[in-house]
Amino acid sequence: MSTAAIVSAPEKPAPAKGIRWLHGEEARGLAMISPTLLYALALLLLPVLLVIAYSFWTQNYLDIDRTFTFENYRLALTEPIYRDLFVRSLWISLLTAAITVGFSYPIAWYISFHGGPHKNLWLFLVTIPCWTSYLLRVMSWKVILGYGGVLNTGLMATGIIEQPITSLLYNANAVVITLVHSWAAFAILPIYVSLQKIDRSLIEAARDLGDGAVRSFLRVTLPLSMPGVISAFLIVMIPTVGDYVTPKLVGGKDGVMIATAIQAQFGKSANWPLGAALSVTTMVLVSLAAAAVVLALRFAVRRIR
Amino acid sequence: MADRPMISIENVSRYYGVYKALDDVSLQIGEGEFFSLLGPSGCGKTTLLRSIAGFDVPTSGEIRIDGVASTLLPANRRPTNMVFQNYAIFPHLDVGENVAYGLKRLRLDATEERRRVSDALDQVRLTGLDRRKADELSGGQRQRVALARALVMRPKVLLLDEPLSALDKKLREQMQVELRSLQQAVGITFILVTHDQYEALALSDRIAVMFGGRIAQVATPKEIYQHPRTRKVADFLGGMNFLRARLLADRKGDVSVDAAQFGTVNLAKPAGFTASDGHVTVGIRPERLRLLWDDERAPHELTGRVENRAYFGEVTHLTIGVDGLEQPLSMIETNDYGADDLPVGAEIRLAYDPDAFVLLADDEMALRA
Ligand SMILES: Nc1ncnc2c1ncn2[C@@H]1O[C@H](COP(=O)(O)OP(=O)(O)OP(=O)(O)O)[C@@H](O)[C@H]1O
Ligand SMILES: [Mg+2]
Repeated sequence: MSTAAIVSAPEKPAPAKGIRWLHGEEARGLAMISPTLLYALALLLLPVLLVIAYSFWTQNYLDIDRTFTFENYRLALTEPIYRDLFVRSLWISLLTAAITVGFSYPIAWYISFHGGPHKNLWLFLVTIPCWTSYLLRVMSWKVILGYGGVLNTGLMATGIIEQPITSLLYNANAVVITLVHSWAAFAILPIYVSLQKIDRSLIEAARDLGDGAVRSFLRVTLPLSMPGVISAFLIVMIPTVGDYVTPKLVGGKDGVMIATAIQAQFGKSANWPLGAALSVTTMVLVSLAAAAVVLALRFAVRRIR
Repeated sequence: MADRPMISIENVSRYYGVYKALDDVSLQIGEGEFFSLLGPSGCGKTTLLRSIAGFDVPTSGEIRIDGVASTLLPANRRPTNMVFQNYAIFPHLDVGENVAYGLKRLRLDATEERRRVSDALDQVRLTGLDRRKADELSGGQRQRVALARALVMRPKVLLLDEPLSALDKKLREQMQVELRSLQQAVGITFILVTHDQYEALALSDRIAVMFGGRIAQVATPKEIYQHPRTRKVADFLGGMNFLRARLLADRKGDVSVDAAQFGTVNLAKPAGFTASDGHVTVGIRPERLRLLWDDERAPHELTGRVENRAYFGEVTHLTIGVDGLEQPLSMIETNDYGADDLPVGAEIRLAYDPDAFVLLADDEMALRA
């Protein structure tokens, strides 16, 4: 380019700093998300802050004593009934998440690798159970698992058992079975997405370098689908810890989870600060458990060589 | 070629539904040979390479690798390794782990494994990059990792599917030189898929040109460039002036034709060639035509006028109209005497060598009949 061309180029005045900020990508992005952001702040962050505040106060019959205290947390962590409920809730949610992911992975894998041209139809079919109400789905498990339920009468008709199995309903197993069924679709989708993103030539490269089908799965497909597995695990585990409906309907006495106790504190017992402390403790525990699970899964996958 | 071919492909066909991606392909590739599969997009090069690698099973036909019937053998049990078109570098592993991937199965001891990995990285000039992640590599480096990962397995055959097509021109030319010297250093069979005729010519011991799932010709680069058997092969490998010529005499090993303004030309006749209707196609490469300057004379001359001119730096491409010829001639001239300054419309004389003409079959059928 000649010098003349540079000299004759029109000079653009530099816009003032504040104005430039307003026109920037960042400002436009913020403007886009601001309604959602405000909504989330108002309906998520504020209530959580309120719950945290309550957990440090004390119930004094009808009014609240606002002096700072750890008493609620002491109760939540030392009272055997709450400790058992925490352990059971975490255990049920971990078990549910593990079983759900274990069942969902082969389905997601099958759709992704062998779904042919009808992958979307398969995914659509997977979501069909979610079309009926959650309550209805839980209730139908009562019909299946009950003393005179579908499973027992079926097994008796075929002669496999002579007496109805009583351990099917109203215990932790029933809660796990029901929760696995309710959450399967939510686990299949993230796993499917992460499997879809795997470049198929990577699997061919593994085969080419000497791996059989199983080894190439363990060394390439599984590690690369780990983000999907982890999100599926968390999507199932986090909400099930605090599930209220399922334990209430199919859990019986042995299937009671922490949400029932929390509900009792906010309801019948009218001890909001204790309920708040139980809630906050649940949140902290579930976060810790989730972090531990993520780390453990990551570590396990790095060990596969 | 050695007594026993390394790869032997016998009457291989591959159908996708009714579409024939490979149509009765037969081919023998020798040990230590640098062999190229050349052809336009969609002609079946990848399909053929993938059936050699074991990723695709032919509908019919046999594939033998080093004497072993391999048609149905899975990829992990073949002594072949592949460099994928997109390189297929494992994103969750670093460079060293990528290269060591296939070695894990051999259960070498740690020092031996490390030695082989670093040897392989040295070989492709990536020394010391083992700890880099796949996404921290340039295109050229990724290509080298893919090469090292395959070579470290010491395969009998290395398969390369357009390994250079994703690189820019400069890097591609540099990698071509490296690929050739790498092949000579390791001494194993390389099978390269490419649609770049210059790459095939520059690198290969032999080339197979493919069209529509069929092999049109297999020959050395020089043979295939100078003596293409069909019009399509000639056209795919560089420019060619085609001429419809009247057959004067059809003898056992050669023919005489009346090549319009070029006069009577004698041509060698390829095996199996038959002329259908008393006319044949002959061709002459643009660089075999030469401009005559001032009062220079040549035994065979033609006069014409410049119809078009394109400047390419070291050479100029000219289009010359000649009275009595249906098509203008294209020619390539060095710029030593000022071909780049010839005005369009200038009257010129050009020299040609009648021996530079080749007889071309119009299609495969003319050769098979
Ligand atoms: N899975 C498939 N299903 C149907 N047709 C296919 C399939 N794979 C390849 N083909 C067809 O077979 C033909 C040969 O394909 P191939 O990939 O071997 O071509 P190619 O010579 O490697 O082309 P390119 O240079 O574009 O890579 C193409 O016409 C392609 O459309
Ligand atoms: Mg291809």
